[in-house]
Amino acid sequence: MRVALFVTCINDLLHPRTGQAVVALLERLGVEVDFPDGQSCCGQPQFNTGYRHATEPLVRRFDHAFRDYEYVVTPSGSCAAMVRDNYPRIGAKAAAEGRGRELADAAALAVPKTYELTEFLVDVLKVTDVGAYYPHTVTYHPTCHGLRMLGLGDRPRRLLEQVKGLELRELPGAEECCGFGGTFAVKNAAVSAAMGADKVRNVLGTGAEAVCTVDNSCLLHIGGTLARQGSPVRPVHIAEILASTEGGVR
Amino acid sequence: MSGTYLGMPDFPRAAAAATRDTRLRANLTHATHTIRDKRAKAVAELDDWAQLRAAGAAVKDRTLRHLDHYLEQLEAAVVAAGGQVHWAVDADEANRIVTRLVRETGEREVVKVKSMATQEIGLNEALAEAGIRAYETDLAELIVQLGDDLPSHLLVPAIHRNRSEIRDIFRREMGSWGRPAPEGLSDSPAELAEAARLHLREKFLSAKVGISGANFMVAETGTLVVVESEGNGRMCLTLPETLISVVGIEKVVPRWQDLEVFLQLLPRSSTAERMNPYTSTWTGTTDGDGPRTFHLVLLDNGRTDTLADTVGRQALRCIRCSACLNVCPVYERAGGHAYGSPYPGPIGAILTPQLRGIEGALEASLPYASSLCGACYEVCPVAIDIPEVLLHLRERVVEGGPVTRRGARTVLQPAKGHAAERAAMRAAAWAFDHPGVLRAGARLAARTRRLHPRRLPGPGRAWSATRELPAVPAESFRDWWQRTRGTSSERQGGAK
Ligand code: SF4
Repeated sequence: MRVALFVTCINDLLHPRTGQAVVALLERLGVEVDFPDGQSCCGQPQFNTGYRHATEPLVRRFDHAFRDYEYVVTPSGSCAAMVRDNYPRIGAKAAAEGRGRELADAAALAVPKTYELTEFLVDVLKVTDVGAYYPHTVTYHPTCHGLRMLGLGDRPRRLLEQVKGLELRELPGAEECCGFGGTFAVKNAAVSAAMGADKVRNVLGTGAEAVCTVDNSCLLHIGGTLARQGSPVRPVHIAEILASTEGGVR
Repeated sequence: MSGTYLGMPDFPRAAAAATRDTRLRANLTHATHTIRDKRAKAVAELDDWAQLRAAGAAVKDRTLRHLDHYLEQLEAAVVAAGGQVHWAVDADEANRIVTRLVRETGEREVVKVKSMATQEIGLNEALAEAGIRAYETDLAELIVQLGDDLPSHLLVPAIHRNRSEIRDIFRREMGSWGRPAPEGLSDSPAELAEAARLHLREKFLSAKVGISGANFMVAETGTLVVVESEGNGRMCLTLPETLISVVGIEKVVPRWQDLEVFLQLLPRSSTAERMNPYTSTWTGTTDGDGPRTFHLVLLDNGRTDTLADTVGRQALRCIRCSACLNVCPVYERAGGHAYGSPYPGPIGAILTPQLRGIEGALEASLPYASSLCGACYEVCPVAIDIPEVLLHLRERVVEGGPVTRRGARTVLQPAKGHAAERAAMRAAAWAFDHPGVLRAGARLAARTRRLHPRRLPGPGRAWSATRELPAVPAESFRDWWQRTRGTSSERQGGAK
């Protein structure tokens, strides 16, 4: 099976290790991974701040880069949700503004083939034991877009539970937002920081060595708050845990 | 009462102040977490909740689509039952009508049952200007009024107050509004409730005019419905000689039978009760029973304009249950006052900018008062997709676009003050659409990474005040892929 990796802009620029982990993991599971170079940002920062028109070229670009693939896999719940929930809206609004069906058609192609990583593993590859080894205590924060927009359910936890050596610690108030919210973190910085502080307090309360999510953008906020407090708790993307093996712990 | 929402600072500033108020945050966190847990249990008891929710949304949507029809049916039914109907296009007109109606009775005092519509139009202030004193009789409203304060929650307007604050307010203020608080009043809930009961009893027995809102209006019978927990509302509805109900036009439902759905959705969502303690219904007037005169003031005040917006109109389905407030992490930290209207929390963030227009600084900031976590949509008993409406309104703030104002289509200009952001967003989108440029930028950032400041200037300061910036890695994923995997992807378009 051949899939296209949609690495997302944050992972490309700030967390290349996550993309490398996805490649290592999928190849270990016998999947051929392509990285279409023409890909870019999903447009979420613009769309979620109100600049819908600025996202249209990025919808076109997504379609262009991934048109030939049956599956697009991304290590980001919020970017997958952007494609699945908002691309159709962008397409529908463009059509309603009398600018044709091009974007709506692009969205219709993108939606069914775009998978968040844990969805792809559990639903398409039908594996929960990916042969990973990660000898640490970990607590899992289900990000809002993964939880509510994608409906990931317990897929990430089922994967984590199969990781050898990993001890999963229950996170109190897990389903509460960490307070990142893209530009919300800047536009309503005080509230965002207060939410982040509460999330971090709950993370620290578990005593885990690492906090894990399906999305590096939330980890940026949680990790940044942890680091400012001088905490040794590590923010780690689920792909990096699942890619780790006894031969090479990341 | 001098409380008013005019001139509120915009949301981020008001919210920042609230996050520093530790007592407020403790009161709010305690109250919202208690009720949200109870709600979840009450909802889980019904295995047809999803269908009930869909039915509630469908009834409201269908009614809104034919609103003119149902309002006319309602008017005819109210008149046939002996009531009088008045139409108010905006707050001023509604206040004028109510003031005139009270004056015509010759009275100078009215009792009120909690009504958000009257808060929305500032009725108490308008009556005060006309020399008429309005007494709030809902316990939490009474606390807010005595404290010269503003409500901060749909259902528990004094949620930001704790017991000892309430005792202090009662001791200090009750005397100047009527019967004073008993000597040595403690902060036990039973004593506070008894003090309020004695104070209010005087009001009920002497009042000649009552003012109410309504949770629902039934078009086919002309019946109004108030759902409450204390029974004070029922006193207001039955004891006075004249009853004036001020109700938003979106509160109409077609048939009596439709209440079946809403009287299940509402109590479980709002107070986590299976059934609410007092459901009062009134239909026109009846000889020898209840008020002899009944006026219904139907309030538009931006509602038909909201209805004209195909995405935003779903906000009019709201049954004011407050479930979205109780799960909202932003409301929990910011408090209700930051939203600058009687409708706080997620529903306020989408309703207020639609009812008032988005041109004011506060109104333009409200669609951004959310992290888009989606918890509000998940709990809403009438399935209002609040995040979708927030995004729709954000677009209106920054890009402008067609809107309806007082029934006329007009094109809104983008809000001022977003020029720098707009330029940045467009530049980012342009760079993202030109991967060659993006790659060059990423390489530059990687090469200069030792020079990056730990604290950012400008808007970035808000980030680096409490959070560490991520370090820029030495190599982007794109460059790693090219270095290790070479050309396999070049056929997929490549850099522009
Ligand atoms: S928006 Fe929904 S959850 Fe919020 S108050 Fe209205 S009905 Fe309740």
